[in-house]
Amino acid sequence: MSGATDHTGIQPGEITAFLTDSTLCIGCKACEVACKEWNDISADGFDFTGWSYDNTGALGHATWRHVKFVEGQITPGIGGNSAEQFSWEFSSDVCKHCEVAGCLEACPTGSLVRTEFGSVFLQPDICNGCSYCVISCPFGVVQKDEDDGRAFKCTFCTDRQKAGLMPACAKACPTESIKFGRHDELRIEAQVRLATLQARGMADAQIYDPTDSSVKGIHSMFIIRGEPETYNLPPKPEVPSIYLKEGWKSAAFEAVAMVGAVVASFFLLGRKG
Amino acid sequence: MPGLGTSVGRGGATTAQQSLADSDAILIMGSSMAEQHPVGFQWVVEARERGCRVIHVDPRFTRTSACADMWVPLRAGTDILFLGALIRYVLENDRWFKDYVVHYTNASTILREDYVDAEDGAGLFSGWDDEKKQYTPETWLYEGSEPKQSGGSHAGHHPAGGGHAKDRGGEAGHSEQFETDETLQHPRCVFQVLKRHFARYTPELVERSCGIPKDVFLKVAETYIAASGPQKTGCICYAVGWTQHSTGVQIIRAAAILQLLLGNIGRPGGGILALRGHASIQGSTDIPTLYDILPAYMPMPFFEDDAKNFEAYVKKHTTEAGLWSKFETFMVSFLKAWYGDAATKENQWGFNYLPRVTGDHSELGYWLDMADGKLDGLFVMGQNPAVGAPNGRLQRKAMANLKWLVVRDLVETETASFWKDSPEVERGELRPEDIGTEVFLMPAAGPAEKSGSFTNTQRLLQWHNKAVDAPGDARSELWFAYHLGRMLKERAARERNAKNAALNALTWAIPTRGSVGEPDAESVLAEINGRNLTTGKLLSTFEDLKNDGSTMSGCWIYTGVMPEEGRNRANIREAKDSLGHGWGFAWPKDTRIIYNRASARPDGTPWSEEKKFVWWDSEKREWTGKDISDFKKDMPPDHKGDLSKGGLEALDGDKPFGMHPDGRGWLYVNSGLKDGPLPTHFEPLESPVRNPLYPAHQTNPPTNKKERPDNRYANSPGDPRFPFVLTTYRLTEHHTAGGMSRALSHLSELQPELFAEISPELAELTGISPNDWVTIVTPRALISARALITARMSVLEIEGRQIHQVGLPYHWGWKGLVTGDVANDLLALSQEPNVRIMETKGLVCNLIPGRHPAGHAALDELHELLEERP
Repeated sequence: MSGATDHTGIQPGEITAFLTDSTLCIGCKACEVACKEWNDISADGFDFTGWSYDNTGALGHATWRHVKFVEGQITPGIGGNSAEQFSWEFSSDVCKHCEVAGCLEACPTGSLVRTEFGSVFLQPDICNGCSYCVISCPFGVVQKDEDDGRAFKCTFCTDRQKAGLMPACAKACPTESIKFGRHDELRIEAQVRLATLQARGMADAQIYDPTDSSVKGIHSMFIIRGEPETYNLPPKPEVPSIYLKEGWKSAAFEAVAMVGAVVASFFLLGRKG
Repeated sequence: MPGLGTSVGRGGATTAQQSLADSDAILIMGSSMAEQHPVGFQWVVEARERGCRVIHVDPRFTRTSACADMWVPLRAGTDILFLGALIRYVLENDRWFKDYVVHYTNASTILREDYVDAEDGAGLFSGWDDEKKQYTPETWLYEGSEPKQSGGSHAGHHPAGGGHAKDRGGEAGHSEQFETDETLQHPRCVFQVLKRHFARYTPELVERSCGIPKDVFLKVAETYIAASGPQKTGCICYAVGWTQHSTGVQIIRAAAILQLLLGNIGRPGGGILALRGHASIQGSTDIPTLYDILPAYMPMPFFEDDAKNFEAYVKKHTTEAGLWSKFETFMVSFLKAWYGDAATKENQWGFNYLPRVTGDHSELGYWLDMADGKLDGLFVMGQNPAVGAPNGRLQRKAMANLKWLVVRDLVETETASFWKDSPEVERGELRPEDIGTEVFLMPAAGPAEKSGSFTNTQRLLQWHNKAVDAPGDARSELWFAYHLGRMLKERAARERNAKNAALNALTWAIPTRGSVGEPDAESVLAEINGRNLTTGKLLSTFEDLKNDGSTMSGCWIYTGVMPEEGRNRANIREAKDSLGHGWGFAWPKDTRIIYNRASARPDGTPWSEEKKFVWWDSEKREWTGKDISDFKKDMPPDHKGDLSKGGLEALDGDKPFGMHPDGRGWLYVNSGLKDGPLPTHFEPLESPVRNPLYPAHQTNPPTNKKERPDNRYANSPGDPRFPFVLTTYRLTEHHTAGGMSRALSHLSELQPELFAEISPELAELTGISPNDWVTIVTPRALISARALITARMSVLEIEGRQIHQVGLPYHWGWKGLVTGDVANDLLALSQEPNVRIMETKGLVCNLIPGRHPAGHAALDELHELLEERP
């Protein structure tokens, strides 16, 4: 057992990450509550969804950790840890802190920055509420608080990390489903864990870390059973800026065409004149 | 408590949660451990990752099932059928752990000739008194064991009940006197009786009546049993999913029998983990809030012949062998703690200062007295009975009969405001202007605002230090109890009469600190720990207690928690090993796994290298290993018991269950239970199904239904008005009756409304749509909830027909950030015979689409539904 003030041993400048292993999650939501307590976030509304045990619904400006409850097939004799089928999966979602972050690229004010830990941090005192980040996030993580006027999202507990403490969600997790550590080490740990699960017969287990997409990998990796879509994770997330090159190309093409048209119109007009 | 207490000696969990990590199989039943004990569940996850098989048997597919290897749905209330079938499977297939069973249990003990088993008595054991609806247990004794007679009272059960103490209700016989047949062939030996008793608990019966397919049952049996033996161990975890039944104690007994047969008690990764529902529920029976026991499981004197003088009382409760032969020592030391210098040999150590139990003063008993206007005042602390107690309508109306009510809590609970805004007021049953109850609401300090200890599920005392001052007038419970006692004592000192003698004798010298006069909690712990009164020194072990008034201890099982001034072991956080030695203090003597003598062979060597735990070091001539030995440290395995010495030395060196006078684990309970020496299946008090084994006895015979117009029951079996099975439970996101969670936004938003879990099939049958309102009806009440339709609720095939089960969490009331109807209004107030607990886990109900009307119309609707006849 570790004490509440144990130092992570990680220094600013080292790149950190989460590895959220849904095969260890028990759906207790301690991460959601610990996050709100540490970051002093308000409640998100008292609405019954009827959607399994999930009443916070999705990540948003007031929910930075969110446990998804995915109900699958239920068969007597078979529990959720069986290799045969997954029956009730829990997975704690969070900001992905992308390598190439759509929100950061879109932010016109410089409110969104890359931290010394490699994460993406939103500085509320600079945010002007333009919401470009909201539409640029391929995961639907960032949300504007309409009452406040600014956008909010997971800070990766940068304040805690600077003090040598692990993020509140990872600290509160009773089963170490949320692991926090150095990004490169956790990537190896994920591979080892995947091999263990597959050896146990869980052929549907996989790592979610879309390095081959335009986000170029994430700092919040997941181990899940079944397809990413089941957990509302896009199989191939895309940063909007990848369309920029094409956009500029077509814009340039159109600009040339426009100039040509104008010149031509002069000729035509001149002829008329 | 008595389920484990009568089986192995103590009512507490036999193991530590950390030890689950060493299990080869874990059977979780009567508990959703992942939901209610998420922190402790980490060791189940750890075990699972090491290859342990986790089996969850539960009517619902819960978050625990989601983490298990096997989920087995069963019909609520058929636990003894299921466990009995496992016991039968072990016996019939010769899978029991022979050396363990022969040496460490009472399998070989021979029973009296006049003992009649329930199997031969159509569901009744010998000794049944049909008029009194109770047993005379004398025929249950061992052959050769004389019934105890002291002060004119015979072996038997006091009508005032009370089953929590070491032997209350038994007082039966000299269990150190017995005859054995170690070949286990004698037709009246416990082993053979056990075989016959469970012969009809077959896999086919399980399929027919529990609703578990035979092949699934056999898979569970093989998985669990294969994980037991010299090299392997299995653990059983349970919680109130077992205790809150009209057969609750006997369900736990069945688990104990299974674990003893498989040799799983007292060994790492084995045992029975009684998961307690709050931070200090174990503590609240160790130093009890119960009416029938004194601290450390010593019985309250009952109003009867042998409680008139100390000598007779001691004689009645003292055994000839085992630790309880020191009963007088523990009792004298306890009386010295309470009455100090006023306790002398001449005045029987102040024994007559103790009140006597005169009737059923159990919680449910006094609540009925309150309903009948027999009770004037009530303190409610850390409880919210208006929401959390069975038959809420009865309970709330009962409070209107009080003269005064004191509620201490963090917020104004429904209990404190029942007189102005309860459903009864809304429906016109109660009018505030007619209620004479004077309500005092006093703000309480939260856990971080006071110092003190918790005794958790594994007998572990953990200290918490005050972090911040409580706001405003909020005070700790200790502050309240201390100053109330101080003022009462001051008043008693002015009026020195016989009635006040006990108050005047009571020691109350607790130093206080600060401007509010907060009592020093550690000085209370010192009194609990105990001192040598000659030297003034704190004691380090209960073995140093004396019966001559030279020592005192407020709770002898806790002795050692503060072995010297300034050293509070509950406050130490230096875990040295995987069992957590060095982190807190586990009673007794910091033993993490009790009865651990059983982790070694009769000759003192480990059963196997894999499960090596506590063993005899023949060079040092002492018990050694990975835990403090729960045995006399220097008593060799070949020690021959000497009755003249008493205590553990009266037992043989190969008898690990030292609380019992024969040192053995009890497969068969000869003394101490009110509803029979062996677990027997009876249907819940309300059930859609006839008892498949004993048609003449549908329910547990000595159970008291307390049936009356304000506590009505459905007809059983099979009331057509109430065709579905209902089971209630809790959620991770809330705390019991909600007083600590519904006022907190971060918890409230996670489960904002009362819901009923319904299978898609039942939803179709009753015409209920997802998220719609549904009204749930029982003979006591009707409430409305949102429908959560999920395949996690399944339909069971019972006796050729479909049985539907409905799940209902009970956290909501009409106050707080999130509100809902009170689910406990649906329950009946009933009393299991041993501990007088209500049945919350298996009853019957009906479902009606839509929300019940507001106001008095809701009652009209209820009455209309109840009067509908088939």
